[in-house]
Amino acid sequence: MATASRAGPRSVLETKRMGARAGLGVSLRVFLQTVAARAYPRLVAQQRERSWMFFDVFLPMIGVSAYVFVYRAIGAPEAYVGFVVIGGAMTAFWMNVLWAMSSQLYWEKEQGNLALYIMSPASLMGILLGMALGGMTATTLRAVAIMLLGGLIFHVPFAVVSVPALLGTFVLAMAALYGMGMMTASLFLLFGREAWHLSNLAQEPVYLLSGFYFPVKTLNFWVALAASMIPLTLGLDALRQLVFPAGAAFGFLSVTIELGILAGLAVVFLIGSHFLLQHMERVAIREGRITESRR
Amino acid sequence: MSSESGMTSARTWLGVQPRARGGTFLNQLRSFAVAAWLGWQIESNWADVFLFAVYSVTKPIAGAAILVIMYSVITRGDFDSPLFAYIYLGNAFYTYVGSVMGGISWTIIDDRERYKMLKYVYVSPIRPPVYLIGRGVARFLAGTMSVLVTIVAGVLFLHLPLVLGDVNWPMFLAALGVGVAMLAMLGLLLAGVVMLTAHHMFLIGEAVAGALFLFSGAVFPLDVLPAWLRPIGFAMPLTYWLELLRRSLVQGVAQAYPTLSRFSDAQLFGILIALTALFTVVALVVFRWCDHQARERGLIDRVSNY
Repeated sequence: MATASRAGPRSVLETKRMGARAGLGVSLRVFLQTVAARAYPRLVAQQRERSWMFFDVFLPMIGVSAYVFVYRAIGAPEAYVGFVVIGGAMTAFWMNVLWAMSSQLYWEKEQGNLALYIMSPASLMGILLGMALGGMTATTLRAVAIMLLGGLIFHVPFAVVSVPALLGTFVLAMAALYGMGMMTASLFLLFGREAWHLSNLAQEPVYLLSGFYFPVKTLNFWVALAASMIPLTLGLDALRQLVFPAGAAFGFLSVTIELGILAGLAVVFLIGSHFLLQHMERVAIREGRITESRR
Repeated sequence: MSSESGMTSARTWLGVQPRARGGTFLNQLRSFAVAAWLGWQIESNWADVFLFAVYSVTKPIAGAAILVIMYSVITRGDFDSPLFAYIYLGNAFYTYVGSVMGGISWTIIDDRERYKMLKYVYVSPIRPPVYLIGRGVARFLAGTMSVLVTIVAGVLFLHLPLVLGDVNWPMFLAALGVGVAMLAMLGLLLAGVVMLTAHHMFLIGEAVAGALFLFSGAVFPLDVLPAWLRPIGFAMPLTYWLELLRRSLVQGVAQAYPTLSRFSDAQLFGILIALTALFTVVALVVFRWCDHQARERGLIDRVSNY
């Protein structure tokens, strides 16, 4: 058994190296095919069970409505209603990163797909990028639906300051966020059944620290700065500044600075995910974690 | 599963053959205790005691902190207002909804899809409702820990006006007991529905818990809701349960808002007990029907891989 486990990693890694020796053109083609192949089910799945779309919009809307009514009960200015609506829409992305990116490799392991991924010439980076692109596209539709619905129901006055800046903020925030998701996904390679609990744990605390339902500026400066490691903190703050007339007054940092930090985070997370994934893959293979199932 | 065996199973479940199904009270109690122990192991043994305790209280504390920050930003920290006690206590006790109601219905998903043990539970001589409610005990205990920590934090750091000597303990304990029983019945009802669903099983519990959060006035007085939505809140036992808990713990909260102030404590109790009885009957009938359908259609061991 010990011999087999020592031989296993070598043969798998050798297979990967053979793929790498096949030439840059072939590698790039395989990588892009992997991305497309993994993004495809994410997009198609939306059409397979259309009632999920309803639940995906309906469930966050319940939370948004509750927080809006809390603000109305305590007599908050109407600007806060808009902050809650946009925060509620962005929860869709956090949920997607948490459950369908970070912990995805754990689910794949549970279902027996992970070993097939590792054995195939496809890179895990390509698989995660495909998941990110597919998930991001599908989640964007839900987030837009939540924003439109919330805007209509609660009469939110959207006033976009600059469309290019808005799109740029969104793209940078998503790049950084999904980069972080890809990086944390590698950590989940090593987790057993605690993965579910850890994902579950990372919901409310992140809603709190990232200011999903209130301006993050409200928190202590250093707490807000530390929370800026989560890309949604600055992404959400910048979006609020660009979408609401009163947004700038509630901003944590200027939009330009926030965009700069988000760009830096995107680069760090994407590069970090590449190296961490390689390292964790080796560790997981060596320790026999790829096929284990601890329930 | 053939129709004949399905009928036999249904008869057994209904108690026609109590001995074969382990129907004596002592046996049921034993099943309940074992299910509770199993639930506790599943919930807690993935981590050491300290990590599990941190995990159990972090989520509810973070949820409460969101509301506290929202409240303090707008009111500039006016924690002496009855509205703060209303919001804080409502949110704290709402933890039980997720833990008891959600915990019981989640057992079906866990046992059928994840551990693939539900079929074995069904062929063993225990009654499914007893087993399911027993499994909910672990989450009830974890929920109780969260509620306690949240309230203690409120008293220590946020001037929550809760004085132990002023608490109406009999009313509090009676309301808590009735409420937890009511949530267990709602959990059983959901468990029945989850048994018949595959693609929406994860969403049903969340949708119901979310709707209850919104319509029961857990974190805001029902008067804030549009007038046409308020009747939904008045039809829910949770509304009266949370009001009774608030009244028993903090004086003056009930009088601060007109929504339920016209009801005396006894009237609220009467409504809560009547609605709990109604939901109990509905839950038992629905679960029984769903259980029968699941046996007849061979859904007990279905695995969807979602």
